[in-house]
Amino acid sequence: MDFDLKRLGFTLLGLLIVLNWGLLMSALMRKISARVARRIGIPWYQPWVDLVKNYAIRSQITHGVMFYLGPVFRLSGGVGIFLFMPMIAGSELWMNYSFQGDLVLIMYFQFFGMLGMALGAGEGGHPYSAIGVSRGLSQFTVIEVPLTLAIISLAIQYNTLSLVDIVQAQQGGIQNWSMWTNPFATIAGMLSALGTLGHSPFNLVKAPNEIPIGPPTEYHSTYLGVLQTNAAILHVVESALFMNLFFGGATSWFEFIIKTFLIYFWSVFVGVVFPRFRIEQSVGWFLKVPLVFGILAVIMFM
Amino acid sequence: MPEDNNINKFENPHYAKREVTGPDGEVFTVDPMRDYFSDARPQVHEPNSIPVIENFLNWARAESLWVLGFGTGCGSIEIPPLLTPRFDAFRFGIQSRPTPRQSNVFIISGYLAIKTLKRVVRSYEQMQNPKYVLALGSCTINGGMYFDSYNTIKRLDHYIPVDIYIAGCMPRPEALLAGFNKLKELIKKGKAENANEYARNFDWYKANQKKIIKDWNMPDYNW
Repeated sequence: MDFDLKRLGFTLLGLLIVLNWGLLMSALMRKISARVARRIGIPWYQPWVDLVKNYAIRSQITHGVMFYLGPVFRLSGGVGIFLFMPMIAGSELWMNYSFQGDLVLIMYFQFFGMLGMALGAGEGGHPYSAIGVSRGLSQFTVIEVPLTLAIISLAIQYNTLSLVDIVQAQQGGIQNWSMWTNPFATIAGMLSALGTLGHSPFNLVKAPNEIPIGPPTEYHSTYLGVLQTNAAILHVVESALFMNLFFGGATSWFEFIIKTFLIYFWSVFVGVVFPRFRIEQSVGWFLKVPLVFGILAVIMFM
Repeated sequence: MPEDNNINKFENPHYAKREVTGPDGEVFTVDPMRDYFSDARPQVHEPNSIPVIENFLNWARAESLWVLGFGTGCGSIEIPPLLTPRFDAFRFGIQSRPTPRQSNVFIISGYLAIKTLKRVVRSYEQMQNPKYVLALGSCTINGGMYFDSYNTIKRLDHYIPVDIYIAGCMPRPEALLAGFNKLKELIKKGKAENANEYARNFDWYKANQKKIIKDWNMPDYNW
């Protein structure tokens, strides 16, 4: 691939849009859960202020090299998914760097961030981090199972592992979306989206009122700022992944924002209604209903 | 570690210096107080020298106060109503945080037993610069109703620097919100630099703490 300055510029601009939309979306999410609890909630600009505050903390301590690299790996996981994700279908400029077989790479980057974070949090030396890491990895492993089955089903259906081709195949009306042509994969994928987006009932790993905040217990100031930046990016690109896989992609930024918000809101909506699962309950749950739908989706296109 | 007679009497056996044989038969000495903890002194971190940047950062610090969720005394009963629908402190950028590493505000809620003071000092030192202390209730000012107790401290600012006192027994959540607003004013004016004060007068604070905490079995500074 030859170097294209214009493409790089648009990719960076896309990253900026995605970051700010992710921060706004997390503010909206917290506003919505506050209204459900009959509170007024945070001001809409609170995530930006928190981010500036964390980057502006004057002192940091370190526990070693991996402690530094943990948030960096996590961020490169989020940015990596973004780089290989087509944002706007059919647009040359907002394709980022997606290519044939990018779906495999995206699946890999999803786990890469988790592993980097696990190593970094482990070096933090706090016992709560270690417990959080083991909980997070075991939960994420079972989240991946139905998601992978859904993706395998889509790959068989469209006979490709390229996200661009999958989006392209769904163009031309709502009846062409995978949501209608492959309902079982959509159900399996959207149920695992509840876990990937990390809200209640599957937020035991990072919930502040469980063992204090899980893996990032020792992370503070700039480290935490990097993790927050990544969380904002990750929320949007995960929603964009499900949008591209099941809901026909987006043809404009307006459509992109509406669709990612609705997908994100699906996990928020479930989150404010259902209480938190313990880790063995969530592992059991993912290996029951979503797994059955995932297997059905694969069998349907065998 | 200072040479003090009280230390050996109360020392945690887990932290004692000992000889350990490694898997390959090599014998080496483990001194947990030196190996597991840092004994570096706190550093003074000067504010940014460009006023515009420092004012902006101070505004961000004031609008995003993360409170350490550590109830030290009876006053911590006022924190839950503060964060729930009745008073909803989230409106003002006040959020609770479970770990001292990520917190900026430490609420000392009422009387401090000597045993708790030890934990308070450790938690306070683990918070990162800039950090602020809100002292709740009259117990932190002059001992309050515990003025003649043998087991509580009387003046909190002898042990850690305090930014805002909120008087009352108990102060209601409204008073706490007023205290938070006062703290925000101080931060925005750049006058809440007590983390640096603690680093500058470190020896004085340490001497005071050690005078009253007899079982000092922790490093001098916990960063």
